Amino acid sequence: MSEAAVIKSPSTEGRFGHAMLKVEGLRRYFDVSAPWLNRVIGRQPRQILKAVDGIDFEIARGETFGLVGESGCGKSTVARLIVGLHGPTDGSITLEGRNIAGLTRRQMAPMRRRLQMIFQDPYASLNPRWRVRDIIAEPIRAFDLVSGDQAIATRVGELLTFVGLNPLDGEKFPHEFSGGQRQRISIARALASEPEFLVCDEPTSALDVSVQAQILNLMKDLQRELGLTYLFISHNLAVVYHISDRVGVMYLGKLVEVAPSKTLFTTPRHPYTRMLLDTIPDLDMTGRERMPVAGEVPNPITPPPGCSFHPRCPFANDRCRVEAPKALPVSGGATVACHGVEEGRVPSGPILAPPPKPDGVASVHG
Amino acid sequence: MTMASPLLQVRNLVVEFPTRRGALTAVDDVSFDIAEGEVLGVVGESGAGKSLTGAAIIGLLEPPGRVASGEIILEGRRIDTLSYEQMRRIRGKQIGAIFQDPLTSLNPLYSVGRQLTETILTHTDMTPTKARDRAIELLTEVGIPAPERRIDQYPHQFSGGMRQRVVIALALCVNPRLVVADEPTTALDVSIQAQIIALLKKLCREHGTAIMLVTHDMGVIAETADRVAVMYAGRIAEIGPVREVIKNAKHPYTHGLMGSIPAVGHDAERLEQIPGSMPRLTDIPTGCAFNRRCLHVHERCFKDRPDALPVEDSRVACWLYDSANAMSLDEAKRAVASKETGSVEQANV
Repeated sequence: MSEAAVIKSPSTEGRFGHAMLKVEGLRRYFDVSAPWLNRVIGRQPRQILKAVDGIDFEIARGETFGLVGESGCGKSTVARLIVGLHGPTDGSITLEGRNIAGLTRRQMAPMRRRLQMIFQDPYASLNPRWRVRDIIAEPIRAFDLVSGDQAIATRVGELLTFVGLNPLDGEKFPHEFSGGQRQRISIARALASEPEFLVCDEPTSALDVSVQAQILNLMKDLQRELGLTYLFISHNLAVVYHISDRVGVMYLGKLVEVAPSKTLFTTPRHPYTRMLLDTIPDLDMTGRERMPVAGEVPNPITPPPGCSFHPRCPFANDRCRVEAPKALPVSGGATVACHGVEEGRVPSGPILAPPPKPDGVASVHG
Repeated sequence: MTMASPLLQVRNLVVEFPTRRGALTAVDDVSFDIAEGEVLGVVGESGAGKSLTGAAIIGLLEPPGRVASGEIILEGRRIDTLSYEQMRRIRGKQIGAIFQDPLTSLNPLYSVGRQLTETILTHTDMTPTKARDRAIELLTEVGIPAPERRIDQYPHQFSGGMRQRVVIALALCVNPRLVVADEPTTALDVSIQAQIIALLKKLCREHGTAIMLVTHDMGVIAETADRVAVMYAGRIAEIGPVREVIKNAKHPYTHGLMGSIPAVGHDAERLEQIPGSMPRLTDIPTGCAFNRRCLHVHERCFKDRPDALPVEDSRVACWLYDSANAMSLDEAKRAVASKETGSVEQANV
């Protein structure tokens, strides 16, 4: 199989325009060494955690890009890098042609209006001592978008109505709201600065499913009405499938596969993506035999050499153990970082289709 | 399912929290059975009372919460009236428990082996050497590599998934008849979650242990449970065979809940959503607790609390299925599946 044949540029195509956000060679390392004295006495080396280790992707205007992976894979670090809560160790983040990586606070300020973030825990991200109207008005005041108290109050009321709350709710404090309502407040605050790009870090993970559905629907409605672009981070594959146009799969600080949502979930290429997809509980009760998933995510401080997935990969060979794979475009607008896929060693085919053939992935997994 | 007298019977269980403004009823008149070797899933949103039901069964309700009325009968013996000391003998031996966070169920100061052998020695008359052998055997069974070495390690030396395996070993070490597992996979990564579910299923099948699996994750239930109870505002909305509840939900709440779960391969621009949110304990409406959010409310739903009515193989607490109702079963089912509203204008949410 010539999976590696370059078919088409995997980046932005179809109904989306040019890239709004472009991330190239993004790296962020954290020094997690013991204190200097302990290191000297214990003769320990420095320890560097490569949370994000060279990733590239693009997000087109109006698109939702989903980022999935298990805990510790670096997906939240990517979110924080993009909104500027961390400075990158290396690489560039280009928002509409302007590199925003490593800008100073002052340089970043005008960009911040266009770039907002929604956090996972709506209990921690709202100041409990502020009234909701002040929480939402803060970005409006900070960026001087509307002047005059009356005008600000009207705008806050509009925003509250927009996210499905009552304008009178502005008088209340965050503790008077349920988790889902608080997440609506977070969204209203994020929208207050009239951003174009929203980074959503597990926005529904702390919510119950019925509330999650309300928030996901709200986010889709807002995107349609305001033309927002989302970077949507979640560990829940079904949620990512539902909301994303394209999806990137992260493993130990690297993007192993990027593909349009449909393609990724019907024809996953990378063995890790397949493994992840296989963990999705089967709500249709087809009685599909699931392949036992082996192993755990290794310690990111000492990642395995070569392809970091090789210890868990059923297709790994000697090359995988030494040489780190590069992301290469494959058919269907996807990019995959896997030697096996490049060489055609990894059989392709949809994994969701039951039952798995004995000569397919199943035998190797088992 | 052909089962003799059930292993566990819960009858009209009420759990209350006394407050200055009167008692809050967190679990309200809940009844169900668990048969030998059966996996009963209990699902619901946070605050639905599912964990409290589990805690009441293992006798670990946090004070001031208390069982206000009802009966819990394990193997023909009433256990809700037992003293703390008597209950302690039952816990571990007859009922095992697995909690969400494995770190809170393991003592960080004792090695894993010591915690396992201690439990074995408390409940059986094995010799310490024998108990240690049994502990190693258990660790092997739950899939911990190199158990001879790992047994002397401490909980912090294990990863999250491995810790939860240890907790499972601990819960199963004296072959209890029933395991109450409260969100056993919620704190774990998806790939580990699948492993733990598979393990739990396998062990219980081999040992013939029944499981009460409390979770908010319908996916976990679909993979594991034989029957499922759906809880809402402290009450059971619907209980029945897992296939029936998931594929053919009868209660309007269950139906809405199933529709709100995004699924891979299911392309919908919007998810179905239930308006509003679950009422707080201080604010549970009279009649059916779901009446403010239900699309199919009748006048009766505001007055009388629905009984658990038998519908096919399930029991459903919804007046739509009352035989006194003009609607036939098929009509009722169709009504729930459709978006048509009931006879009463939707109350303002």
